[in-house]
Amino acid sequence: MTKADLADRLYEKIGLPKKEATAIVETLFESMKSILSEGESIKITGFGTFLVRKKGSRRGRNPKTGTELEIEQRRVVTFKPSLQFKDLVEKV
Amino acid sequence: MTKSVLIEKIAEKVEGLSKKQVEVIVETVFESIKEALAKGGKVEIRGFGNFRLRNRNARKARNPKTGDSVSVPPKKVPFFKVGKELREMVNKA
Repeated sequence: MTKADLADRLYEKIGLPKKEATAIVETLFESMKSILSEGESIKITGFGTFLVRKKGSRRGRNPKTGTELEIEQRRVVTFKPSLQFKDLVEKV
Repeated sequence: MTKSVLIEKIAEKVEGLSKKQVEVIVETVFESIKEALAKGGKVEIRGFGNFRLRNRNARKARNPKTGDSVSVPPKKVPFFKVGKELREMVNKA
C-alpha cells in the first residue's frame, strides 16, 4: 500500500474526492516530517508514538574494511506501536 | 505533540476543510494503515517510512509474581522503518 492507495481508501470510506485526498495525505506526512525534524515526538492515540531519540557518539567499525571510526551523536526516529495496534496484528 | 495538534496544523494548511473533517481524514489514514497490516500487507510512504510486520519467535518467560515458567507463543509485531529523507531531516536539525 502506498500514499496513492491511502488516498483511494479516503475516497472509498468517506467519499473524499481523489484530488483532495491525495493532497491531504501528502500534507499529513509532510507535517509529521517537519514536526519530527524539530525534535518533537508525535503521539497518535490507538496507533502509536513516533519518538525522536538522541543517540550518543560511539566507536564503531567500517564493516567492510574493519577500520575503527567515531560515530557522531545523532537523532533517530523510532516508532512505538500502541497496545491496540499490537493486539490487532499479533495473530496475523 | 498529540493527534489533535497535528490535526490543527494540517487544517491550517489545507483550504476548504474544517478541523472536524481533517480529524476524520487523519483517523481514517491511520485506521487504513492498521487494516493493511492486519491483512498481512505493508504500507510504503516514500520519504517518510515503511510499516510492516515483524516476527517474534516463541520464547520461555516467567510469571514475575509466581516465578512459574510460561511459554510465550510466536507472534507478529508492527514495525516502522524510517525513510531515508526523514532520517536525514531529523538528524540535521
